[in-house]
Amino acid sequence: MVELHTISDNHAHKRNEGTELNLDWIDDIYVNLNAVERRTKTITTRRAVKKANQAAWLLKAVTCIDLTTLSGDDTVERVKRLCNKAKFPVSRHLLEELGLPNITTGAICVYHEMVETAVKALEGTNIPVAAVSTGFPHGLSPMSTKLAEIKASVKAGAKEIDIVITRSHVLTQNWQALYDEVKAYREACGDAHLKSIIATGELATMRNVAKASMISMMAGADFIKTSTGKESTNANLNVSMIMVRMMREYLEQTGFKIGYKPAGGISKAKDILGYQFLMKEELGNEWLQPDLFRIGASSLLGDIERQLEHFVTGRYSAANRHPIG
Amino acid sequence: MSANQVKEIFETMDYGVAMEDRSEADKWLKSHSKGFKHFIGGKWIDAGEEFKINNPENGEILGKAKAADKEVIDMAVTSAQAGLKTWQGLSCFERAKYLYAIARLIQKNARLFAVLESLDNGKSIRETRDADIPTAIRHFYYHAGMAQILDKEFKDYEAIGIVGQIIPWNFPFLMLAWKIAPAIAAGNAVILKPAEETPLTSILFAEICVEAGIPDGVINIVQGDGVTGGLITEHKDIKKIAFTGSTEIGKLIRKNTAGTGKTLTLELGGKSPFIIFDDADIDSAVEGIVDSIWFNQGEVCCAGSRLLVQEGVKDKVITKLTTRMNKLRLGSPLDKTIDMGTVVNDTQLKRITDMVNDAVKDGATIIQLENCPDKGCYYRPTILTDVYSSSAIVNNEIFGPVLTVQSFRSPDEAVELANNSKYGLAANIWSDNINMALDVAPKIKSGVVWINSANLFDASCGFGGYKESGFGREGGFEGMYAYLKPRYLSKLKPAKEITTITKTGKLDNNQIDETAKMYIGGKQARPDGNYNMDILNPKGLLVGEVGLGSRKDIRNAVEAAKSAYKSWNNSAHHLRAQIIYYIAENLDKRSDEFAKRIVDMTGCSAKDAKLEVETSIKRIFSYGAYCDKFEGRVHTPPMKAIAIAMQESIGAIGMICPNENPLLGFISLVMPAIAMGNTAIIIPSEQYSLSATDFYQILECSDLPAGVINIVTGNHSDLIKTLAEHDNLDALWCFSNDKKLSQITEELSIGNLKQTWVNNGMERNLFNEDEYLEKEYLMHSTQVKNIWVPYGEQI
Repeated sequence: MVELHTISDNHAHKRNEGTELNLDWIDDIYVNLNAVERRTKTITTRRAVKKANQAAWLLKAVTCIDLTTLSGDDTVERVKRLCNKAKFPVSRHLLEELGLPNITTGAICVYHEMVETAVKALEGTNIPVAAVSTGFPHGLSPMSTKLAEIKASVKAGAKEIDIVITRSHVLTQNWQALYDEVKAYREACGDAHLKSIIATGELATMRNVAKASMISMMAGADFIKTSTGKESTNANLNVSMIMVRMMREYLEQTGFKIGYKPAGGISKAKDILGYQFLMKEELGNEWLQPDLFRIGASSLLGDIERQLEHFVTGRYSAANRHPIG
Repeated sequence: MSANQVKEIFETMDYGVAMEDRSEADKWLKSHSKGFKHFIGGKWIDAGEEFKINNPENGEILGKAKAADKEVIDMAVTSAQAGLKTWQGLSCFERAKYLYAIARLIQKNARLFAVLESLDNGKSIRETRDADIPTAIRHFYYHAGMAQILDKEFKDYEAIGIVGQIIPWNFPFLMLAWKIAPAIAAGNAVILKPAEETPLTSILFAEICVEAGIPDGVINIVQGDGVTGGLITEHKDIKKIAFTGSTEIGKLIRKNTAGTGKTLTLELGGKSPFIIFDDADIDSAVEGIVDSIWFNQGEVCCAGSRLLVQEGVKDKVITKLTTRMNKLRLGSPLDKTIDMGTVVNDTQLKRITDMVNDAVKDGATIIQLENCPDKGCYYRPTILTDVYSSSAIVNNEIFGPVLTVQSFRSPDEAVELANNSKYGLAANIWSDNINMALDVAPKIKSGVVWINSANLFDASCGFGGYKESGFGREGGFEGMYAYLKPRYLSKLKPAKEITTITKTGKLDNNQIDETAKMYIGGKQARPDGNYNMDILNPKGLLVGEVGLGSRKDIRNAVEAAKSAYKSWNNSAHHLRAQIIYYIAENLDKRSDEFAKRIVDMTGCSAKDAKLEVETSIKRIFSYGAYCDKFEGRVHTPPMKAIAIAMQESIGAIGMICPNENPLLGFISLVMPAIAMGNTAIIIPSEQYSLSATDFYQILECSDLPAGVINIVTGNHSDLIKTLAEHDNLDALWCFSNDKKLSQITEELSIGNLKQTWVNNGMERNLFNEDEYLEKEYLMHSTQVKNIWVPYGEQI
């Protein structure tokens, strides 16, 4: 078996310890959506990557994908197939031609039910299993149940826990409740990393997105994540810009580097380049690596493979030429 | 492809280069390798002294052109005359179709335009592709619409004739569109001269005009430098000059065209403030700065080059801005991964370098982008701190990517600093508090205000300056008036020459002997020189005496008008209307007395005098009505923003009244001005001053605040010079019978580039409402400020 690399266990940065609840920081948050939209619009026009650069960037994106299945009809076999795709995300001949034969996706992301299956399927690799948790996607189960769910997933071998926040805390501006909730989740996670899904599509305003991000980080989130994929609006560059700016603000205030995970609706290679430009421009190269950048996606990988094949062969590819995940 | 290459990039995560393909542009350039020609009367004319066109990235010769000489300009004018005739013979619909065709054809060739513009100017392909060219296309579409509705929307107006247009090198094609589209939509024929540095896109445009079948002579494009520009401005058959460029050249044009009857639009320099309040979205404001001073290498007249930041957030802003600046990429203009290309040429590069070096010598702290190509006309994005109001670098336009930083403590101080400039082109206000933003916006003296945004442009929104940034607007309805004139103008006849009357005696009018004083700052004032002037009737009989005004009386009157301006301008429109109605009421009560005075002075019939008083009262009423009805517009550009086009007052306006109809002449000028919030220094009819001096008694009992109207009597030709040269006077209107005074007004106005309005010695019948368009007077009493208000909150 080939040796598989992942970087997820190899965090170069200090883990976020969280802070007190600083409501001053929240009061100081101003977000001018229209101006943000203007900036976002030029993210993809001010930068471009072509040919070898594009191939390298797309391969980097592959290493950041949290290859995800969150369906009611998930079965053990379905999850095993996905895990195998995580190990071998791109046709091996292409990877060899590109000089990077051993890359894998960043993680596998499943419901608690499938954690054990996934962990087993990924044995012998460093690919972590992430579990969506805390009554995903709505987060409206009893607190005791949600904490128990986190613990159960960690016990089953999940290295990363994607929690959902209670949206009503944000909509009612109950920052204390939100802080307490995320902090409790973080404690329940133990050594497992916590990704806080703020469900931007249900937060109504960009100021709420900014504030929910900031509270999550104060409460100890390792990553902040846009969406469950189940809301009507998924990740986009505008919410990403806001969240990333908050990460930068938090970094300036505390020195802690937080990771970012856009999720839902990212299905084209071209789209992911926009997110990568945003991370590089707003934060820097470190946030292009899987320990600080993840992409919640499933069909994206297929499109990336087709682009890579085009780069290698000069011919446009078809989906059926690449193994499905 | 090498596997190692991908692997290496996988580690470095570099962008690499992504060059725009220039092969189509090269093909086009090659097809013109024999040299670019002038486009005159639909033909290509090859004449004049040759000059070369360089690519500022590497000095590559892109082609050669020839500078139009007098012969060529004469030819262009002759063609334009023919073109004008054809063009005006067409219906609005037919003209609209041509503009529409131009828009379509530019759109079809958009990429070629973008690449050529980038090669020629050094600006990035991203900007030419995403900003310059699309904005220009939109300008033609919008004005195709204006051409269509011209007759309906501008009934009392008509085209000016042949228009000379001179444009700069910073936005070669966009400026061409801004100039040509409204001019031809209004029915004019144009002769346009691009900057000698950047002629390429104008040639491609001319080719498109051929393809669109624009009638010969409607659009003429000549090449050349300032000498050619001078030939255009001086040509007697060109009736209007539209110029975008430096304030220095703008003033020269004003001076050289004085008294010729040419109208002017001047879009000149700027030193625009970029104000960040402590309640702004700072990250977005930083991006705003990028869009402002690091847009087009800072070679933008309306660039926010003076950062004014509230003290509490100053350090935060500078830190964030420095971090952001260091993310900027300089490189080949055609590389799609860069933010900034080169400045336009070595001269400009040296100018910027020298100015910045001097600033550093003066004590400024400099922060610059580290990475920069070592060859080509590149200038690094630069931030200068430790600079103050007294620093040269804060006051002078740089026209490069250089930002100065100053701080302020309060909103009032921000406004004060913002207005502490001879320029008044644009301003940027960043605050997430709408109360703050909308309070500050009207207080800043500039033609454009961007709230929480920077450098937004659209064809529907007027663009243009206050103060020494010029006058006239481009874009929107307000911009159309720059290319139209009232229809009655062409029917006017020269005013009667004033004949000197010899004193023969004293009129027996049963009045106690009186010497009227002047009226300054709400007080009756004796002339500073303590001399008087006789008012004689046509038979030479003395009707009364008035003070003989001098320099110092003008000084006092301007002082009074300026100090009254702020509170009068800020007073409620309703209050101004009430005062104006009250003036009418009080005049009405004394109408017999005023009529008699007119008869005594002018010797006209009692019936005519009565009509003059009645018309005056009606006119005052009219302007009382307009106080709260001559309102602005709300523009709706194609983005999530509105632009509020406010009709703002100009300031203190000097006015020289016509000799005839001493009461109506006085009322007709002063009332629109004060109705719109201006204050006035008015020099009444020289021969018949008493109607005006009688009038101050009416003003005194009508609750008009002191200093709003100031009356200085005296010799027009003595007083005009002081007024025209007064740098604290904001506008000067000359309706003297003497044509020479119109010329003096324009010629001497260049000190502060005050707005002038002159009659060129032509007489207007003030009784005839076809010759006295109230709207025209209101427009001259106001200037349009476009306040851009972007919106959006819901995700």
